[in-house]
Amino acid sequence: MLATERESLRREIAELAEKYEHKRDGMMPILEAIQEKYRYISDFAMQEVARQLGVFPTEVYGVVSFYSFLSTEPKGRFVIRLCRTLSCDFAGKKEVARQLQNELGIRFGETTSDRMFTLEYCNCLGMCDHGPAMLVNNDVYTLVHPEMVSEIIDKYRRTFGPAQQLVAGGHHG
Amino acid sequence: MASVVHVMERYESGSGLKKALAMSRQDVIRQVRESSIRGRGGAGFPTAVKWNLCAAAQFHKKFLVCNADEGEPGTFKDRLLLAERTDVLFDGITIGGYAIGAKLGVIYLRAEYAYMREGLEARLAERRAAGLLGKKVLGTDLEFDIEIRMGAGAYVCGEETALIESLEGSRGEPRNRPPYPVNTGLVGAPTSVNNVETLIACAHILAKGADWFCRHGTDVSTGTKLLSISGDCRKPGVYEVAWGITVREILKLVEGQGAKAVQVGGASGRTVPAAQFDRKLGFEDLSTGGSVIVIGPQRDMLDVAENFLEFFVEESCGQCTPCREGNPKLLEGVHLLKNGRCSIGYLRELQSLGRTMQIASKCGLGQSSANAFLDITEHFRSEILGRVPGGKE
Repeated sequence: MLATERESLRREIAELAEKYEHKRDGMMPILEAIQEKYRYISDFAMQEVARQLGVFPTEVYGVVSFYSFLSTEPKGRFVIRLCRTLSCDFAGKKEVARQLQNELGIRFGETTSDRMFTLEYCNCLGMCDHGPAMLVNNDVYTLVHPEMVSEIIDKYRRTFGPAQQLVAGGHHG
Repeated sequence: MASVVHVMERYESGSGLKKALAMSRQDVIRQVRESSIRGRGGAGFPTAVKWNLCAAAQFHKKFLVCNADEGEPGTFKDRLLLAERTDVLFDGITIGGYAIGAKLGVIYLRAEYAYMREGLEARLAERRAAGLLGKKVLGTDLEFDIEIRMGAGAYVCGEETALIESLEGSRGEPRNRPPYPVNTGLVGAPTSVNNVETLIACAHILAKGADWFCRHGTDVSTGTKLLSISGDCRKPGVYEVAWGITVREILKLVEGQGAKAVQVGGASGRTVPAAQFDRKLGFEDLSTGGSVIVIGPQRDMLDVAENFLEFFVEESCGQCTPCREGNPKLLEGVHLLKNGRCSIGYLRELQSLGRTMQIASKCGLGQSSANAFLDITEHFRSEILGRVPGGKE
């Protein structure tokens, strides 16, 4: 990480900590804000949060590693979370999972080389009556059919992806 | 025939809150006690007892926490309530806050429902502008506001002490009880943690009276319950039914006849085989937070057990040994059964392990994680024993 990036991250964390009065119970919203912006919580960020809240860095690491929506490794710009719970499984989750892997060229738990997509399983999304369901960041998709998968992925690629990367991905399964 | 009821649909906006604020705190709790309502999240603790203990606790601040961490597999009624019964919920939270003497209500919203946050915040702002929240709620001396905090994807945080740990900025590891949250809860203050549906029901009870509520349900389980029904049926969805409905009646309702089993209460609930479809939903028999998953005749019960155990292996917080070590053992056992390599002696040992987990685990997650395994290995023996690796034939 560049020195200037560190400096701005340090400032941001200080501002967030200020907002929550440097109290321990501000930990989750602070971490959530860092996760959302940087797509992960770096060692440096964890140390800074610890310093600002007056706790040990290991405690911050303990929290980050506990929650599935927080991560110590960089995630893609879009995190695709496919519901793995029974009702979605009955409704055809396996086929959707395979198609997602085919379209993205990665397996579950991996991130595409262009850092656009991370593919994960998640537990019940509360969409059991409209399964299979998945989240792309905060957007929810229900009654997902393998046929829809490439359309959904393309939508995000088109909206946010650099043009030269449009051809990447989707060639091996 | 028992069927869908619509008692919780009609609610004149603000009516429950107005009536509550015209009463003393004790009278509000008395009315909730007379309704005999028990928590709708799954554990079924009497709401009035919780509120009363919290109200009686002596401390300079208190909190009312709304548990919107709906994570039990197969449950989605809170999603609907948060989206479509927002005002009734906010009324319920304010009523609860008034009853226990809290100035702040905190909604712990699961990360998976982050897309709902904006709408909820907007509605809260409207309520502040309308004087339904703030320094003088409805012109009375009540000071009350509601704040939304986000979860970050951990099933165990639905357990009330784990939820409090999470709100305090820690790993969501359940605490030893006692002390109970009504005594020592959020940042050490007396805290009442109530489910979304419970708070909505309380708003209705205040608006329409305890008698009205008791007209539905059974003696032990009063009122109605929202069921989230999914799986192998033609009409999945959220249904409001009176407690006491049988599994068979539910299947008729959602057109899931022909099912070979029904999972009542989600992954932590019970697997009810077809022979027991006359069992009733209620705290006296099949207690549930509302999750009902219909399992059709074509399904492999070991797949069901595997799905639930993978879930528990992942979601166990790892704090206590029976849950942390027991769930992977049971999952391994399911794999052995799938490959036809499990002796009856070993299966018996696994069942004994499961029963040990039920009594020796620290919180509800560990205590209930072996339920499905035990039910399936008891009721579906002919289906799961003596398999030929790679297929059932």
